[in-house]
Amino acid sequence: MANNLSIFDISGRAMSAQLVRLNTTASNLANANTVSTTKEGAFRSLKPVFTTVGAQPGIATVQVSKVVTAGTDPTQRHDPSNPLADKDGNVWDAGVDSAGELVEMMETARQYQNNVQVLQTAKSLTLDTLRLEK
Amino acid sequence: MAGTDPLFGIDGNALALRSQRMALLASNIANAATPNYKARDFDFQKALAAANNGSATADAANGALGYRVPLETSLDGNTVELQTEQTQFAENAVQYRSTLSFLQARIATVMTALKGD
Repeated sequence: MANNLSIFDISGRAMSAQLVRLNTTASNLANANTVSTTKEGAFRSLKPVFTTVGAQPGIATVQVSKVVTAGTDPTQRHDPSNPLADKDGNVWDAGVDSAGELVEMMETARQYQNNVQVLQTAKSLTLDTLRLEK
Repeated sequence: MAGTDPLFGIDGNALALRSQRMALLASNIANAATPNYKARDFDFQKALAAANNGSATADAANGALGYRVPLETSLDGNTVELQTEQTQFAENAVQYRSTLSFLQARIATVMTALKGD
């Protein structure tokens, strides 16, 4: 399958991998302020696992092999007024590092952009090559 | 066949190798966030010399393939440095384009000779 990767395959698949990463970051940020009654029920941040695909030496693209929960553990907080609090008056905050997620979002956007740039350059060079005899 | 192509000279091989190097650098940029990925590149001069000695451009590129030595080490074992890869990619694109214009000039010359006007 990955025997003959063109630049369009390489950058296109990298873009979709980065998009998965952006989606997980978005859902992490969206759930950053959720609370839960139990530790198990609390939200934990999701992270994609990137792996290299490619058979030819040096020519490789990337794919998301799985999405795992990772990062910080949920933290317990005393908040008896919260309707979700347990009998001791504690709730569990989602284990999301908001600042870290924002940094991740910026990085993802930059790398997505880099791949778009590669695609644009490759496209214009291919079109110029097609026009060679004119 | 030793030597270069009679019509396109050295530029035919050069264009094919530039295109392969572009795919290689695109792979490095695509894997900028993959843990343990090792960035690769090939020695263009060496590959071009091999291609001009008659080996296929794909083999010539593989023969000159090596790993990029990173300027700084990273925690996840990834050796892609985007600034390096991006400048190399840009440089390679410009060189591809200049090879194209050499070819274009060559084709124009041959066309003029064929038309004979």
